[in-house]
Amino acid sequence: MTALRGLALLLLFQAAGEGLVLVLKLPVPGPVVGLVLLLGGLRWAWIREPAQAAAELLLAHLSLLFVPVGVGVITHLDLVSHYGAELIAVILLSTWIGLAVTALLLRAVLKRDSGKEPGGA
Amino acid sequence: MPDFVQLWVYLSSAPLFGLTATLVTYVVAAAVYDWTGRAPWANPVLWSVIVLGALLVATGTPYQTYFAGAQFVHVLLGPAVVALAWPLWQRRAEVRKRSVALIVAALVGGISAGGSAVLLAGLFRMPSEVVRSLASKSVTAPVAMGIAERIGGVPALAAVFAVVTGLVGALSAKYLFNLLRIDNWAVRGFALGTTSHGIGAARALQVHDDAGAYAGIALGLQVLLASLMIPLLFRWLA
Repeated sequence: MTALRGLALLLLFQAAGEGLVLVLKLPVPGPVVGLVLLLGGLRWAWIREPAQAAAELLLAHLSLLFVPVGVGVITHLDLVSHYGAELIAVILLSTWIGLAVTALLLRAVLKRDSGKEPGGA
Repeated sequence: MPDFVQLWVYLSSAPLFGLTATLVTYVVAAAVYDWTGRAPWANPVLWSVIVLGALLVATGTPYQTYFAGAQFVHVLLGPAVVALAWPLWQRRAEVRKRSVALIVAALVGGISAGGSAVLLAGLFRMPSEVVRSLASKSVTAPVAMGIAERIGGVPALAAVFAVVTGLVGALSAKYLFNLLRIDNWAVRGFALGTTSHGIGAARALQVHDDAGAYAGIALGLQVLLASLMIPLLFRWLA
């Protein structure tokens, strides 16, 4: 029941986010604005406790939620094969560049900031 | 036999089909994933998508018919993004202290992921609409489609690139991080969320709490930064 109440709360925060985006013509998606709003609301236990229960349930199964979009993409895979191996190479290389740059930079900045990082990084 | 055909026609036209197929396939894929000790190659999104895609092709079922049921799973993406506030709130003191470092890493990391894709595609002399659809590949698919539309890309292509980028990150990040000797879970998760958005964050959440929380932060930051920056950058460069 707590998780169900939490899901209702998450949907309300998302709806509030979508509303703000529409009214203020923000260039960001409604759920992200909902995230920021919920962050403000979590200080109150009557929001925090149900939101925690629903969040833990949803985030534990986050990868399930990408399956419908993924299946749609599979039906468009001919678009990728049309541009062939070069496109695959571009996606692979740029993903690895992005991962490496972000990780190495963040590690360096955190190390400089605090000197001792947990996890021995 | 005709009864069976009738039953199949009924089931496959009702929303029941898409929803049942999605959940059953995912439950099996997730069980295999757990059984392998959550090996990256056993990624449950990847295998669910392959099995369901093959099922649709083999039965000649249109994607719209499938989605009529699968949409009930799909709509939960919205509240799931809102739910990322929870792991962020749990670490609010630590995140506030590191906020400058995180924003710098998100900005530079996001630009190097999207920028290197655009540059490489340019080197290969790919058509302009393909290059423009690649810019948003490190942003979660629905947002990537919106960005592509604004900068003259093809939304469907942008969604394909985003999902493939998500899967590539979820499947290979572990090995890349081990190679680079990055052993801090927060750093690993943040890089995965920055580059491989929701699919990367889902993987991070399955591996380690800290990695999951920081991947969630990265996902949110990337949506904000990319929605604001990519259209601006393309306006300046074009």
